[in-house]
Amino acid sequence: MKKLLENRNVTGWLMVSPLAAVLLVFLVMPIVLIVIVSFWRATEFSIIPAFEWDNYAFLFGSPVTYAVFLNTFKYAFITWAFTLIIGFTVAYYLAFHIRSLTWQVALFLLCTIPFWTSNIIRMISWIPFLGRNGIANSTMMSWGVIDEPVEWLLFSDFAVILAFVHLYTLFMVVPIFNTMMRIDKSLIEAARDAGANGAQILWNVIIPLTKPGIMIGTIFVVTLVMGDFITVRFMSGSQSANVGRLISNDIALLQYPSASATAIVLLATVLITIGILLRFVDIRKEL
Amino acid sequence: MTKFTSRTGLSRRALLKGAASTAIAAGSTTLGAPMLWAQNIKDVTIRQFGTGVSNLNDVANKVKEDLGFTLEMTALDTDSVTQRAATQPNSFDIADIEYFICKKVWAAGNMQAMDTSKIANYDKIAGTFRSGLLTPTSTIAQGTAPHTVGFTSGQNGTEFIQEESGWMTLIPTIYNADTLGIRPDLIGRPINNWSELLNPEFKGKASILDISSIGIMDMAMVVESMGEYTYPDKGNMTKEEIDLTLGIFTEAKKNGQFRAFWKSFDESVNLMASGEVVIQSMWSPAITAVKSQGVPCVYQPLEEGYRSWGGGLGISAALSGLELDAAYEYINWYLSGWVGGYLMRQGYYSAVPETSKEFMTADEWGFWYEGKAAQGDILSPTGDKLAGTGEVRDGGAFLDRMGSVVCWNSVMDENQYMVRKWNEFIAA
Repeated sequence: MKKLLENRNVTGWLMVSPLAAVLLVFLVMPIVLIVIVSFWRATEFSIIPAFEWDNYAFLFGSPVTYAVFLNTFKYAFITWAFTLIIGFTVAYYLAFHIRSLTWQVALFLLCTIPFWTSNIIRMISWIPFLGRNGIANSTMMSWGVIDEPVEWLLFSDFAVILAFVHLYTLFMVVPIFNTMMRIDKSLIEAARDAGANGAQILWNVIIPLTKPGIMIGTIFVVTLVMGDFITVRFMSGSQSANVGRLISNDIALLQYPSASATAIVLLATVLITIGILLRFVDIRKEL
Repeated sequence: MTKFTSRTGLSRRALLKGAASTAIAAGSTTLGAPMLWAQNIKDVTIRQFGTGVSNLNDVANKVKEDLGFTLEMTALDTDSVTQRAATQPNSFDIADIEYFICKKVWAAGNMQAMDTSKIANYDKIAGTFRSGLLTPTSTIAQGTAPHTVGFTSGQNGTEFIQEESGWMTLIPTIYNADTLGIRPDLIGRPINNWSELLNPEFKGKASILDISSIGIMDMAMVVESMGEYTYPDKGNMTKEEIDLTLGIFTEAKKNGQFRAFWKSFDESVNLMASGEVVIQSMWSPAITAVKSQGVPCVYQPLEEGYRSWGGGLGISAALSGLELDAAYEYINWYLSGWVGGYLMRQGYYSAVPETSKEFMTADEWGFWYEGKAAQGDILSPTGDKLAGTGEVRDGGAFLDRMGSVVCWNSVMDENQYMVRKWNEFIAA
């Protein structure tokens, strides 16, 4: 026994096994189950084990599916663009304009304060703000900017994306800030000495060095937005759909096999998207 | 280890239990209402689930007070209720469900029929739930009318019988006539037809509920009112009719007619109270909730009539013996008036109006049931003022409202197709 434990291979396997076991039970098994159920047949109130492609055939045969996937990508892309611009700017300011570490930490913590309340509360609090008689509209009307309430503020794609950007920008700030803090300041001085101006330093030094942070933030934001259903439901007033809502509607109507099939297609789509993203940056090497 | 946990002789708990049951047994004999199982009744817990409509904590408290046993309530949304009744028979003893849900879940065999000879007030149950006729001369509305799914052949019968067979699937408790809710202050003109829901005048200010079995009926009312199509049976559409109905609404949705769709009661209240929506499908207590915030809101009677629904209590197939007796006892108590009076004061109708009347004041009865002007303030069961002196209930008397019902919430033969199309409508 003692000899066995001294074998490096065995100890290695033993050290990995707790994590492997957890992942197996709580990640791999559920996904395998979802795959299996996606081939089952559902009548209205019973689910019959079977192996048939009907769920997938219906999914790929409906034009609504394509429209909904397109919509999901649209939300993901626009949210990504905004969170990247805002997140990068915030991180840049924190990393390069704030000189003392104390202030950097203090301001960084300030960014996280909204996260002390629930995600859903932060989202729902936009509803009275953006509503027809909400604060935004009444303020703009009292300033004379508009004559009658702007309708597209709430229950629209604008509201959905606004909520997404609000909810997920921090996921961009954190990894970008983290990589920026690790940039050797002497590189920037060297660039300056070599005659580069601010824009050139940003483009040729800082952005290439923060790519891993950007990529990690991108993966966070894209997966969160593509998997969401509740933000889209509340902020669009149930009028827009993304893939998550398709799945939740199916579940509500007891169509578990159909929901599983949609979930599998979504999972594959997200994995492919991340695979493509990882082509651009080798996160492992850069970290 | 066992040394410390095992006890010999009488534990304090057992002693208390014994004392309590003796006291109850003694009490019941002196009161002259002996019940065989009175000794055990305190130990019975009845688990009931249903929509928020009638799953009220006040009812559970009153049950404890009047009957002695514990009633555990779970309130869920309509879809979840259906889901649970169909798939989790062991999770409930009493299902407080609507008749159209009963049609969906009865075949699953999770529920047992009830012997009407054991229901004391059976003869006083409203005609709508027995013969289907509100008054001897009325016609039966389209859709899943309660009496069509109200009776079965025996305790474990699986088919529905179209006459009073002595075995009821659900014991009816509650029903009402639904229509559109409007904000009279923001509309400023009379609304008389269902077609107004799609009137371009209310572009971006209309809403409909996102519960397919109910929403499709509201849609059908609108389509007929617009003169687009007259259904042979709104409650049982063909695939073409479903396509036509949802087609009209999908087009309206794309043109921006709707501000939002709602799924839960609270959402409909918020949409209306905030002025986001001025006309929408609504339920009676939601109107009450908007009004109690001081916002004017009318449950508008419309020329084409009402869409109606009814609910009742069903018992799980798993119940037997003492629990089954307790369930009958509970249902008999439910029909004996207190709950009926409570529900009536919320704007619903009790399935046994005669007994409910005893638990209401003459003024309340006049206002809610007979459509008379209020003599004083009309309060909700929780004490909020709903109407002042001289006000009259929207739609008037019981016979005027229930007499104008043209369809019931329903389950169609093409339900699965409808559900998929509905999903597409929401995603469109």
